[in-house]
Amino acid sequence: MVQQRSVRRVMGVLWMAAVLGLSSCASKPEKPAPEPAPPPAANAGAAGAGASSLGATTAATATEQEVAGPQAGLLVQRLVYFDFDNSEIKGEGITVVAAHGKYLAANHDTRVRLEGHTDERGSREYNIGLGERRAQAVRRALLLQGAADSQISTVSYGEERPAMPGHDEEAWAKNRRVEIVYLAGAPAPPKP
Amino acid sequence: MRSSHASRLTAPPRAVRHLTAVLTLLALVPAAARAELQIEITSGVRDPVPIAVAPFASAAADDKGVDVAEVVQHDLEGSGRFRAVPRERMPATPTRAEQVDALSWKGVGSDYLVVGRVTTLDGGNLAVDFDLMNVLTGERLARQRFVGAPGAVRNAAHRVSDVVYQKILGIRGAFATRIAYVAVDAEATAKHYQLFVADSDGVNAHLILESRFPIMSPAWSPDGQWLAYVSFESKHSAVYVQLVRSGERRQVSARAGINAAPAWSPDGHKLALTLGGSGGNPDIYVLDLTSQELARITDDPAIDTEPDWAPDGRSLYFTSDRAGSPQIYQIALQPGAHPKRITFGANYNARPRVSPDGSQLAMVTFVNGDYRIALQDLSSGAVRVLSHGRLDESPSFAPNGATLIYSEREGERGVLATVSTDGLTGLRLKPAAGEAQEPAWGPFGP
Repeated sequence: MVQQRSVRRVMGVLWMAAVLGLSSCASKPEKPAPEPAPPPAANAGAAGAGASSLGATTAATATEQEVAGPQAGLLVQRLVYFDFDNSEIKGEGITVVAAHGKYLAANHDTRVRLEGHTDERGSREYNIGLGERRAQAVRRALLLQGAADSQISTVSYGEERPAMPGHDEEAWAKNRRVEIVYLAGAPAPPKP
Repeated sequence: MRSSHASRLTAPPRAVRHLTAVLTLLALVPAAARAELQIEITSGVRDPVPIAVAPFASAAADDKGVDVAEVVQHDLEGSGRFRAVPRERMPATPTRAEQVDALSWKGVGSDYLVVGRVTTLDGGNLAVDFDLMNVLTGERLARQRFVGAPGAVRNAAHRVSDVVYQKILGIRGAFATRIAYVAVDAEATAKHYQLFVADSDGVNAHLILESRFPIMSPAWSPDGQWLAYVSFESKHSAVYVQLVRSGERRQVSARAGINAAPAWSPDGHKLALTLGGSGGNPDIYVLDLTSQELARITDDPAIDTEPDWAPDGRSLYFTSDRAGSPQIYQIALQPGAHPKRITFGANYNARPRVSPDGSQLAMVTFVNGDYRIALQDLSSGAVRVLSHGRLDESPSFAPNGATLIYSEREGERGVLATVSTDGLTGLRLKPAAGEAQEPAWGPFGP
């Protein structure tokens, strides 16, 4: 029984390796064959030699270059705030977003990334959706002012990157936001 | 250290073949001690079972100093269902059932007794043998041997706990399992995110991934070999799968917009995901890991996210705010299927996780101003709130379905907590520094 289980498990490893080999194949066509499965014994054995690097991966640093961007008037303001579980741009946010939209419309070689955030309440992945909805609300407002789609990208961090620590309404209000981040370089080619 | 896997592929001596459950613990080097989680028992049953775990004899020079009896005792007490007899009150230190004078153990108030020993086998592997005795009847309830590499003694101890738990309580123990979680540096500036895997008792934490940008939603493959997770390391979200043992990983989705909430299908062949697209509308998809084929499952302007598979693999549960507030829905994986709403009680129900037997749904629910972990019976619809915090989230079932692990706030910081599905027992798992969040309980070992 023990043996059957172990064989099945090794087959599972081989299968997964084949699957992942194929998946890498899809993104890297120069690699025609699935990568062979790492022999489990060798891997477990190597663990004893045990660098702390074993199994650990250090994430690569992001490459997109952020820049200071325009500093005149309302354009120094880069934060748009929202009500709880809401993605409607309100109050001062409307004029701030309009100013950035006009700037982008007049400067077609400028790009921004809209980073959507939520407060810490509720579930994390739902908050990713909510942060994206806020970023999209700002994106649509920028487009209305004449900015081009190719000038704007969005990302939602949900509740993962609060601007203000703390667990009260004051902190939450500062964390429900979209950050407008200016980027170096020419606009991305239009999406297909 | 010799791999236990190699030995698993050779025939064990006939006599021990059926007694021997061979160890497969990965001999991974623990990360810095600060990553380890400290256990604090927060609640237990009113009448815990009294048990004595006598110190194991160790003739093995290379047992890494693991005190098997102490690990077993810690597991059983941590479950909230056992009370251990302190060593200083033990009348003797037998190491096999034949040496036990049952009457003398009855005298110290113990119903059960665990005795055992660690020995070195030819070839360098270690054997952990134990007997479980009912002191009241003198009956031997279990005798078992676990064999593995010296680094696997701790795992063997957890397996002893699993057997004891099952023999006495009738529920398979989940001590010899692992958890994944995300650790975050407490300082608000220059945050630092780390994905760890640790034993179910928080020990043996080792680093899987670290990044200056958020890491989210770790999810175990059904065979326990892989973790899927979301990383923002490229300043946009992407889903990766990583082989826990070696660190080898692949990016499986970095499409425009949101790439989120991976969940492995029960057969391990597919991942359910949330994808937002450039238009930013999150919907549920299923990615076939073999063919790379992507199937759209939901199509709604609402936020659809947090998919989890029914154990039969035929439907998905997910969160959607299509009716205004987040609620949980179920959709069959058939063309033209329509989602069925599952939750109605509160105005915020999210992050569904289905119990291993498919009968219960764990979720985050909003009650009286707090976010708590609740359990809904899928046949009757009855909901029970299990946790007591203000901002509880990310529930994940132990593979035996008897316990949930989740994250909560203790004062200003995030810690992990468990609660049994009957609500009677619980404990906290706290990192020495920083915060811990998004626990994911791994499957049973082979």
